Order: sequence, then structure tokens, then C-alpha cells
Amino acid sequence: MIVLEQILNGLLVGSYYIVLALGLSLIFSLGGVVNLAHGAFYALGAYFAYEVAERLGFFPALVISPLLVAAIGMVIERFALRRLYGEDPILGLLFTFGLAMTAEQTLRMIWGTTGLNFAIPDALRGQLLLGDFIYSYYRLAVLAVCITSILGCWLLLTRTAFGMIVRAGVQDPEMVRVMGIQLRPILTLVFGLGVALAGLAGVISAPMAGVQPAMGIEIQTAAFVIVVIGGLGSFWGVVYAGLLVGVVRGITVAFYPPAAEASMYLLMILILLVRPRGLMGERFEKFE
Amino acid sequence: MFDVPTPQSSSRRDFVKAATAVGASAALGFPGILKADDTIKIGHLTPRTGFLGQVGEYGFKGATLAVEELNAAGGILGRKIDLIAEDSVNPSTAVTKAQKLIERDKVVCMLGEVSSASGLAIAEQARRGKIVYVNTGCNSDELRGKSCNRYMFHVEGSNTMYTKTIGHWQKAKNLIKGARWYFLTADYAFGHDLYRVSSRFLQENGGVNLGNDMVPTNTSDYSAYILKIRQAKPDLVYLNLAGVDQTTFLKQYREYNLPYPLAGGVMDTVPFWAAGIDALSGHWQSLWFHGLTLPAAVAFTKRFSDKFGGPPDNQAWGDYTAVRILAQSMTETKSTASEIIITHLEKGATFDILKARKGSFRPWDHQMLQEMYVVVVKDKAKMKDKWDIFDLVETVPGPNESLELIQPTQQENPCTLAV
Repeated sequence: MIVLEQILNGLLVGSYYIVLALGLSLIFSLGGVVNLAHGAFYALGAYFAYEVAERLGFFPALVISPLLVAAIGMVIERFALRRLYGEDPILGLLFTFGLAMTAEQTLRMIWGTTGLNFAIPDALRGQLLLGDFIYSYYRLAVLAVCITSILGCWLLLTRTAFGMIVRAGVQDPEMVRVMGIQLRPILTLVFGLGVALAGLAGVISAPMAGVQPAMGIEIQTAAFVIVVIGGLGSFWGVVYAGLLVGVVRGITVAFYPPAAEASMYLLMILILLVRPRGLMGERFEKFE
Repeated sequence: MFDVPTPQSSSRRDFVKAATAVGASAALGFPGILKADDTIKIGHLTPRTGFLGQVGEYGFKGATLAVEELNAAGGILGRKIDLIAEDSVNPSTAVTKAQKLIERDKVVCMLGEVSSASGLAIAEQARRGKIVYVNTGCNSDELRGKSCNRYMFHVEGSNTMYTKTIGHWQKAKNLIKGARWYFLTADYAFGHDLYRVSSRFLQENGGVNLGNDMVPTNTSDYSAYILKIRQAKPDLVYLNLAGVDQTTFLKQYREYNLPYPLAGGVMDTVPFWAAGIDALSGHWQSLWFHGLTLPAAVAFTKRFSDKFGGPPDNQAWGDYTAVRILAQSMTETKSTASEIIITHLEKGATFDILKARKGSFRPWDHQMLQEMYVVVVKDKAKMKDKWDIFDLVETVPGPNESLELIQPTQQENPCTLAV
């Protein structure tokens, strides 16, 4: 019973990891940039949401904040990150690493070091009791937002012309170029979409975990682990890996809490030993 | 030229390397600034980033204010004070920074810290460098007991002091005998020490220990733990968590609205402010809070608020008080030599610490004897501002009780201060 409860809760937690990890995976798959500032965009999403929610309420913040994050992300991509495509990957790493530190300090300078108090919106307070199981309404809403954004991304990538170019660009950029399609604006949009997902994850975490400058660091590491477990470049790989990490963490808390945070790293090591490409990483030869 | 990367530029290997770099980034801090000579150099070490960073930042503000006030009043022995502050980040960085302060900056003494693990590491460096270190934020009893050190003095209360303060109130209300407690404990030096002290206190007073979860620091999701608490149905949930973890847990516990009351082995004001009044409930213990109505405390709160735009917390009080104690000792002994200051403090020098009774250090373990407070979360309708979250319930020990009442005895926490 306790295990079942933890598994269900783990799936819920996992769905939220997925949103963050998907953005990271998208940016890496197409642009080849390992975005070490992903956690910073996540934190930025939470801070913007705090400001927007003060003025307009939580639900507008849920939409406006990720859009603001995307706008900032696209400006950074257009004027800085773009120069680093195709260069030594270390340049992209250094740039985004520096960006992350700058962003964290900027948050400190503007909003102060103390965490900001971001309460759960009144409409989503309360708990749902299902038999012996308990769910907070807010977490169920988070689940709905996560599923919507995951499906939205999937439809965008598989059912639109934009998505087709993105997928073609991931598999064979040379061929896309030969076809006469400009990838540059697509790269900018994908970066915007990726960081918007990070921003969205930041917004929905704010009422649960609060808002503070360093909030992106730990969660970013989890997102990296999920992308590696899932297999680079694989959409569903990230989804399965996110759910798996959520469940494994929940079960570890039930039986041996000290290893709760370490459990995902152990999982990563085990999966990489058995399947060095990650769960679903075989589809894209580019990453072999 | 086409801008998309070549295949070899983006291998999984790079990605894994990058993931490692994310972890490594936590180890980097920001260097302090070197200043002019002919001053009394005091080293300040505290975490300004990471899960204790928010608390540490208040400590830094408190120390800064104290130094500014002292310098404005002419400094110590006619010399200005130069506070050299460093972000101690974690125990290994704390060691490096302490060595740098002692060997390169030649500080005459050090103060600060929030993490017991880092404090222990700094104390060891202080002992080797033979300079005084005043601990302003490490709660572990071990620092005053097994790992006590002739060069280390404690303005911060110990885990036993926090446990016995709230315990004093719990016993008076008959909340311990037969009560079933569930513990959540931070999985590092401080938490382990506090769990040892608080579970022993529960057992000695006839309570039942239902279970304890060791929680990794910086946990962002407590739902799995909250589900376990719900299954256990305790009479009380006892938190041995610190920093951001306190905030996160309080918020999420509120989200699930479980009926079991909360208490804890430590209460730092900053994480409680960050959680917000809606997430708070119950009775807690405090080393110092800005709701005290003593004139000296009110004046300090005003000076701090004027400078920083918000009231001081217990950590700001701790670092402020530590600087004042060091300065007063140097003035009274007309010396900055650590050996002379140690003797002065061990002989029972008393200090105004913005509380009703004066503070002094126990000679055998260097813990400051002082009052603490039991506070209750305020009625939201009566809050003056977002920082006004507590009402005073009682001062512990009471006016007619010995300050030793909440202290560990020499048997409970033996310490030998070898020279």
C-alpha cells in the first residue's frame, strides 16, 4: 500500500521533472549546446511569476512568465549563443556556465538573498482523498499542466511543419540546408521553447518550494540526469526517464530516505552500464 | 557557413562532462577584497550561497553593521576594524578560506558560520593558527563537547539548548509524556547531532519515537516524506531540518494540511519568513527575535532596518553580538592577542547581548550562557508587516531560574579544553 502510494506520487513528481528536462534535451539535440543555464531560466521563470502574480494573479503568470523567459532566451541566443554553434563545445559550456552564475547573482541583487513567499493560489488549495490516498489539488493541477505541455510539445514536433524541420535538423542538418531551409531562425525558436519549458517548471514549482536565487541548481542536475538516462535526442526517452526517476526516488524515500537524492545517480549509472545510449537513445545515430 | 554543429561536437560524453561541471560549480565562491593595512583585521566566514546562504547573508549583514558602528565610534584601541568576509560555501571551501584568512590576511580572530560541519573545520584551522574563532551559527552539541576547542567560543545556542527550551514549555503543557513523535532530520553533522539530542530528550521524558527519516539537504520535494508521516499518524512532527529545507517542508506540509502539529529542534527566522505566515503554525524556540521589547533590542532592530530595509533575524543578531563581544574584549584587555582574550572570556566577562540578562561564557566548554525564547506563530490578522510572525510566549530560563537550566551538563556533553 505504502509502495503503491509512493509510486503514484513518484509519477506525479516525475511529470514535473520531464517539463524541465525536455527543454534541456531540445536545446541540446538541435543546437548542440549543453545549456548549463537551464536552472537559471527555471529560477527566472519563478521570479517573473512572482512579479506577475502580485499584479495579475497566478493563472496569467503561468502563461506570461514562460513567454518572458522565452523572450530573454531568444535575445541571448540571437546575440551571443549563436556565435558558438559549431565551435568547440567547451565555448558553449563556458558561456552558459557564466550565464548561470551571472543570472543567479542578478536575482540576488534585484530580489535579495532571502526567499520570496509565493503562496498556492486560493482556487487550488485543498486535498483530494481517494480511498486511503491523498493528493493536493495543486499537485493535480501541476500534473495537468505538465501533461498538457508534454503533449503540446509532442504535437508541435510531429504534426507541424516547424516540428518537421526541427526533427530533420536534428537528424541531418546538411540535408536540411541542401533543401534550402534556413535553420538559424528555427534554432532561435527552439532555444526559446526550451527555456520557456524551464520557465514553466519554475512557475509551477514556486508555490510548492518557494522562490530563491539558488533554486535552479539542484533541479538542473536532476534534469541532466534524466536526459542522460532517457537517451540524448529522444523525446519519449526523456518522458520515461522522468517518470522512472520520480518513482525510484519515491520508493527510496519509503525504504531508505538517506539515499533519496542519490537514487537517481545510481539509476543513471546502472542504465548507462546496461545501455550506454540511455533508454531510448538508439534512434539518432548522430549521438553515437 | 552553416551554423549547425558537426556530429562529433555533441557527444553524450560532453553532456555527461557538463553534468559534472554543474556539480562542480557549487564549489566555486567569490573572493573577498583585500583592504589597506594598520587596521584590526577580523575574518568573517559564513555560507552566502547554497541551502544555508540566505541565513548566512543575514549574518554578514549583522557583522557589517557592528563593524560600521564601532568604526564610526572610533574603532578599537584607536584602530579601525577591517572586516574581511568570505563565502565559506561548504566544509572543504571553509578550510581553504580559513587558511587564507589566517595566513595571508593575518586576521586577529574569526567569526561566523551556519553549518556545523564547516564550523568544525574552521575551528580546527583556528586551533592550528592559535586565534580565537567565535561560532555564531553552528548548533551541534559536538562542537561544545567531543570536538570542543580552546580557541572556539559559541554565541549560537547548542542543539541541547534549543531542545530544552521548547521542551521546557512542552513539559509544562504536558505534551511529551506518552506522546508519539515522528522525526525528519537533515542528513549532515548538525541534523545527526540534533536527532541524537532531541530523541534522547523525548525518551527521557516518557515519549514514543515513531520513526525518523534522514533527509538529504536541498531536497526540493517532500511529498514522499509527508505521505509517510500521514501513514504514521504521530501526535507531533519534529523537524530537525535547517535553511531552505525548513522553508520547503513547511510550505509542502501546509499544502497537504495534515492535522499533526509541528515543532522542531531549531528555528531560524529567515526560512520561516520565506515560507510565509500561511505555511506556519505552532510553538517554536528562538535564540533572539526582533519582536523583543527591550529598549536595546528595539534600537538594534531600528538601526538594522534603517540600513537594510528589513528587520534583523537571529543570525544577524548572532554575528552582530559576536563582533561586539570581540571588540569589547579587546578594549577591556587593551590587546588583540587571542591568548589574552581567551583568558578574559574564561574569567567570566559579561556582555550586553540585547537580552534582559547579560551573557557570559562557560569556562569549561566556551558556550555562552544566555536566555532563549518560546514563541508562537502570530494570528495573521494581527501582523504589522510580513516579518512580524511571532509572539513571545515566555523567556527560558525564567527570571528566577539559573541560566544553566537549558544547558547540557558536563556529563551530558563532556569537553576537555586542552591547551
